[in-house]
Amino acid sequence: MTTPKTLAPHFEQPLLETPFHDRARALSQVDSFVAWAGYTTVDVFTTVEQEYFAIRNATTLYDLTPMVKYRIFGPDAVPYLNRLVTRDLAKLRPDRVAYCVWCNDAGHLIDDGTVFRLGETEFRLCTAERQIDWLLDSAIGFDLKIAEVTEDIAALAVQGPTSCSVLTAAGMVGVDRLKPFEIGYFNVDGRALTASRTGFTGDLGYELWMAPQDAEAVWDALMAAGRSRGIRAIGSQALNIARLEAGFLSPNVDFVSAEQTIRTGRDRSPLELGLAWLVDFDKGHFNGRRALLAERQRGPRRQLVGLDIAGNKPAHHALLYAEANGKREIGSVSSAAWSPTCKLNIALAMVEGPYYQLGSTVWADIYLNRELVWERRMSRAVVVERPFFAPSRRRATPPTEF
Amino acid sequence: MLQPSALPRYDCIVIGGGHNGLVCAATLARGGRSVLVLEAQSRVGGAASTREFAPGFQVSACAHLLHLMPAELIRELKLESHGLKWSAQSMSTTALLSGGSPLAVNRSGLSGSDGAAYALYCERMRRFAQALAPLLGKVPPRLGTGDWSDRWALLGLGWQIRKLGRRDMRELLRIGGMNVFDLLEENFESDVLKGALGFDAVLGTNFGPRSPGTVLTLLYRLAAEFAGGATALSQPAGGLGALCDALAKSAAQAGAVIRTDSPVARILVEADRPVGVELESGERIAAAAVASSADPKTTFLKLLGARHLDTGFVRRVQHFRTKGLAAKLHLALHRAPQFSGVDAAASSGRLLLAPSLHYLEQAYNHAKYGEYSSAPALEITVPTINDPGLAPPGKHVLSAIVQYAPYALKAGWQNQRQRFTELCIDTLESVAPGLRGSVLKAELLTPVDIEQEHGIDGGHWHHGELAFDQFFMVRPVPGAAQHRTPLPGLFLCGAGCHPGGGVMGMAGRNAAQQIMKPGAAI
Repeated sequence: MTTPKTLAPHFEQPLLETPFHDRARALSQVDSFVAWAGYTTVDVFTTVEQEYFAIRNATTLYDLTPMVKYRIFGPDAVPYLNRLVTRDLAKLRPDRVAYCVWCNDAGHLIDDGTVFRLGETEFRLCTAERQIDWLLDSAIGFDLKIAEVTEDIAALAVQGPTSCSVLTAAGMVGVDRLKPFEIGYFNVDGRALTASRTGFTGDLGYELWMAPQDAEAVWDALMAAGRSRGIRAIGSQALNIARLEAGFLSPNVDFVSAEQTIRTGRDRSPLELGLAWLVDFDKGHFNGRRALLAERQRGPRRQLVGLDIAGNKPAHHALLYAEANGKREIGSVSSAAWSPTCKLNIALAMVEGPYYQLGSTVWADIYLNRELVWERRMSRAVVVERPFFAPSRRRATPPTEF
Repeated sequence: MLQPSALPRYDCIVIGGGHNGLVCAATLARGGRSVLVLEAQSRVGGAASTREFAPGFQVSACAHLLHLMPAELIRELKLESHGLKWSAQSMSTTALLSGGSPLAVNRSGLSGSDGAAYALYCERMRRFAQALAPLLGKVPPRLGTGDWSDRWALLGLGWQIRKLGRRDMRELLRIGGMNVFDLLEENFESDVLKGALGFDAVLGTNFGPRSPGTVLTLLYRLAAEFAGGATALSQPAGGLGALCDALAKSAAQAGAVIRTDSPVARILVEADRPVGVELESGERIAAAAVASSADPKTTFLKLLGARHLDTGFVRRVQHFRTKGLAAKLHLALHRAPQFSGVDAAASSGRLLLAPSLHYLEQAYNHAKYGEYSSAPALEITVPTINDPGLAPPGKHVLSAIVQYAPYALKAGWQNQRQRFTELCIDTLESVAPGLRGSVLKAELLTPVDIEQEHGIDGGHWHHGELAFDQFFMVRPVPGAAQHRTPLPGLFLCGAGCHPGGGVMGMAGRNAAQQIMKPGAAI
């Protein structure tokens, strides 16, 4: 592993800085940083609205270096990963990426993440949480190696409708031919990097993976190439609205890892989280398969659903009721926002059966703080399909030029 | 994966022809199931076999006495009509003391306050053993299932203990979590007596007398002995191998097929069920169910493979403690050993060399740090006194279980085997002067040898430590404690399950009953 840039003793500076930190610091207008997986990262650069609209209308840079990355390689890499995650990764071709979840024995979600197939027996797993113990224990009986490479790879998300044009202008010729979830190899300013057409915005976008020492040069080259296309650095808050519009789950927000829950009944299965499409029961054994089969047979008791809520007040942490009288509690909201693009008051919520059926009406108990006076609204909400926002440009290959 | 030519298809394949595998097979066959037993070695018995360790000298390979197998099981499988004979039964126990007179461990052999205390102690422990004995014959219940059979089993267990009466129940609950050192200190004065009684609590375990939970291991042993009834401390004629020969005949007569020299390479799985096994020869044999008497680590991690199991379960199996601490010493002697002060009758019984609890604890101290005991404790028998056929005329065999000889010896057994063997002989010499001069050949089987010879991971006699956290409802691990495994149709029937090791056979019988339950596998 490379030496972290900051050499101060950890007790003096407990958070690491990413290779993009100096660039981010220079652009930060409101000094809003948050801790993410041991790093300090930007929450907001200027205003959330400005940054959000750049995602949907121009190009944005988002530093995702803190994303935990594991290199998984060796002869048994495919059988190992196929036992680990619920999808069939034998079907994943080299230079492709798959969104995956993995479960414990009880079929409860430990985490979600992306698996990059970089070669026949060479993979990279990107996750929100560190979980080397689970990965290593899962390797008992398999011939492969696992190494954490988080600090070895700087990562930058380049997302938005003009992102393909910006990358092309920065010298990544041919990036327009990358299909969704495809990996390609490019040069920017003479520096080699890997690009994947992946992202957390549900929009056209790419993620760039490079050596930490190339990070600032690549950042500068992209900023220069994107100047005329509205490029802007964004923080986590704006991204969070975009990911909610895209219907993506956020770990520790929409679910808690089964390895970390303390209270019984707080674990969630992929079937409950609406991720049944990621579970391949026919590929052979995988962690949690027997438990998930049993759960499928009896039907999930609750499900994560999308809600379209009346009004324009985000239903943060709202309890949900079967009737407007608020007598029978049937779930709660885990993520909520006003969607500026959909012009809808949207939320992700865990809802008990049978209320999780598409089209059901539930009632959200929304609390509003208006100049220190709390008000309460019982708002009608309808269970709707996810994603809330899915523009065709996210899939179009080649993307439209700007 | 399996070709139709791989038929015939058995109802159940039993992996391993040790006593538990054979009991399981015999019970299944008697229940009308078609059974195939696959034994890796050229004769049945596994660790309960008789081996020739010098030309003409034979000895029971691991355990050398039978004291745990229930009389009911011996009757049920008609072992005596299948050739099981006894060369000695209800054998005596004598505690040896270097430079002092030996002590007969029985009521008449003890005098003064220890005599009265011993009578009370035996009575009370017998009542506890009686209350706990029924547990050995049962598949352990599961907790929190809401299943009535589990609830009944738990209620039954509670009732057995409640039935003891207020005073005994309170005493059982008080001593249940104690260590045997404190318990014996409370009751007795004689160091030799305490050493001998304490040895039974730690024999074959990874404990010293001061380790927590050693009263539990003692109660477990006493309960099994209680269930053993008349056969308690017996010596089968021909060694323990003869017991397994009788088991094999009983199984065969009931219809089980037994194949020796047939090591299993792996369990074949299709659609999340075992469909048979593949032998190391490459031959494949089909079966509706597979019962493995191999230890849990070997069964799950080697024969089945972690890829058919969930990570959490594999983690638990990996954590199952299986490192053995008992070695076996075999001496070929050109004359009968003379133990100082021990008469002929006592010499034919069980001799213990553990002259005090401190001696035992100090012997254990070495093992904690990966060393063998500089003064080991021994359980000694001279089987040829009761069964002269085991050695050439006039010659004798000494068989001793030696503690402590850790599996993971820091210095490695390769270099230390000879030194430890000499040390053991020196220790014996101190209670049997002149023994060394009569030794024709010495053999030491360390836990590493036992692992290699019998395929038992860690070389642990019980296939895994008998300790509170690896006991009863959680033996070997949660998710496999009812002989069932996460893979429907794959069962455990070896000492790694409840009620554990020792030549008892109950794991095999309980497993067979579980396999034959309506709606189970076959």
